[in-house]
Amino acid sequence: MIRRKGGFVVQKLVNKASERKAAYIFIFPAVVLLAAFLIYPSLQTIRYAFTDYNIMRPDRIVFCGLNNFIELFRDKDFWIAVKNTLYFTVLVVPFQTVLALALALLISSRRKGVSIFRAAYFSPQVTSMVVVAILWTVMYNSSPDSGLLNALLVNLGLEPCGFLNDPDTAMNSIIFMSAWQGAGYQMMIFLAGLQGISPEQYEAASIDGAGKIASFFYVTLPGLKNVIQYVVMITVIQAMKLFTQPYVMTKGGPQNSTRTLVYYIYEQGFQKRNFGYACAVAAIFFVIVISLSLGMKKIIKAD
Amino acid sequence: MTKRKTLGNIVFYFGNTLVALIFVSPLIWMIASSLKPEAQIFKGLNSLSTFMPKDASLNNYLEVFQRINMWKFIGNSLFYVLVIILLDLLVNSICGYALAKFEFKGKNLLLTLVISLMVFPAEAIMLPMYREMADLGWINSWASLIVPFVAKCFSIYMFRQFFMDIPDELLEAASIDGCGPVKTFFNVVMPISGTVYATIFILDFVAHWNDFMWPLLVVTGEEKRTIQLAIQTFFGSKPINYGPIMASLTISAIPMLVMFIFLQKYYVEGIASTGIKG
Repeated sequence: MIRRKGGFVVQKLVNKASERKAAYIFIFPAVVLLAAFLIYPSLQTIRYAFTDYNIMRPDRIVFCGLNNFIELFRDKDFWIAVKNTLYFTVLVVPFQTVLALALALLISSRRKGVSIFRAAYFSPQVTSMVVVAILWTVMYNSSPDSGLLNALLVNLGLEPCGFLNDPDTAMNSIIFMSAWQGAGYQMMIFLAGLQGISPEQYEAASIDGAGKIASFFYVTLPGLKNVIQYVVMITVIQAMKLFTQPYVMTKGGPQNSTRTLVYYIYEQGFQKRNFGYACAVAAIFFVIVISLSLGMKKIIKAD
Repeated sequence: MTKRKTLGNIVFYFGNTLVALIFVSPLIWMIASSLKPEAQIFKGLNSLSTFMPKDASLNNYLEVFQRINMWKFIGNSLFYVLVIILLDLLVNSICGYALAKFEFKGKNLLLTLVISLMVFPAEAIMLPMYREMADLGWINSWASLIVPFVAKCFSIYMFRQFFMDIPDELLEAASIDGCGPVKTFFNVVMPISGTVYATIFILDFVAHWNDFMWPLLVVTGEEKRTIQLAIQTFFGSKPINYGPIMASLTISAIPMLVMFIFLQKYYVEGIASTGIKG
């Protein structure tokens, strides 16, 4: 018995050494790739942000101190992009989260055929964002004769809406479509969260005389607290990156009303070829996203 | 009691059917329009008949295939996405396994790095990344679409979480049987971890099938054009006929639909588990 145990220790020591070797082999490809395509470009973003760098002249990158950031501060278009990005985020996150929660509650009961409804609510996720953006561009056409949604508005006796053509409604139109496309994803997370709430809690609530609405506020919502926090966090981060929808649907217009931070980075870097300047915008974008996600993580941990 | 139950059922099915129909109506309209002759698409938009294909035919689909090389673009997307996935499954699973089961110097540092880089917005580094691709001579090559996206902190983390739950006794048994750590992983661990591989597979597929901004930057011309770029280009190219546009949108959704039919369960598990573990 003792000898066997001793043998086991030796075996373990041998294992430890070969384990360490294996570990380095196992982490090597991922570490190299992360270093080359995540860490290195991140450091380069910071470096270029302090340079005057035209993409056509990679041989002439001139250090220019804080010039880019000073210019940014005075750049009206930059502030519009910040405003638009925050506007989108502040509206789409609650709208999409509530929609997703409502859909999850609609199908949370165990009945036959639930999976069909679940598939229906999830179906916009199965089509890509580009598909959905093109489809809705057609549906948002401002004439009731060729726009499905305006035909509907006129049918309901309302005034036709400019949707994507009107600077006052363009971003709202993108918000509405984005929430419709994305809600299915959050709904799935909520469904899993709802399954985690034990039926006894609902029973206890109903014995205490709580109706459906009361048990939603006293059992469902508190039970979903962590899930809601998580959903809000990922939706905020996703919303901050808005690009595809304005690129496909509005090209940032009309009158800059849908130009977002990422769109501005793209435009400055690749269309206007101000690489250094675009990197400064990217650095600020990075700081905003990371501080938002760290801030939210802190709030979640604090509870 | 049973009366109340019947009423509940009626409310449930009626309510859900109504909401579901409204919810999917844009997609129904897309498919219906793709089957209609051009002149019919915007006729009678104000009546429900706009959701029914009248004089249905596949002509719009034929026109799409005549005007652009749809097969090639779908093939391009399938190719680079599947290569990313296969490499991702290998590279990130072995890294996740090392983080879950091995002791080595720098392990905690690496783990912290992986977790904190999970929310990293790739959009913030695309400019220097583009420059890096240009320096490597990778612009408009498969490499630029694939290589930067193989290593993924999220996948590493998911794999690690899964492998943590594999009992050490099983690994010890394998090592007593003479398996080295590498062999143990490939012969013992991998075969019993199908779930996590399938989950990462479908999550990756959805993420990269939707790739838009990066291909827009690094792909020039038709040779490597992805399906998302192709339908976007088609949307803007003359003659603008909405029937073929709707047909192109419908076609481009099919591969993802097929993936979902087979791997839906793992996708749902994947997004659900990320939400609950948080």
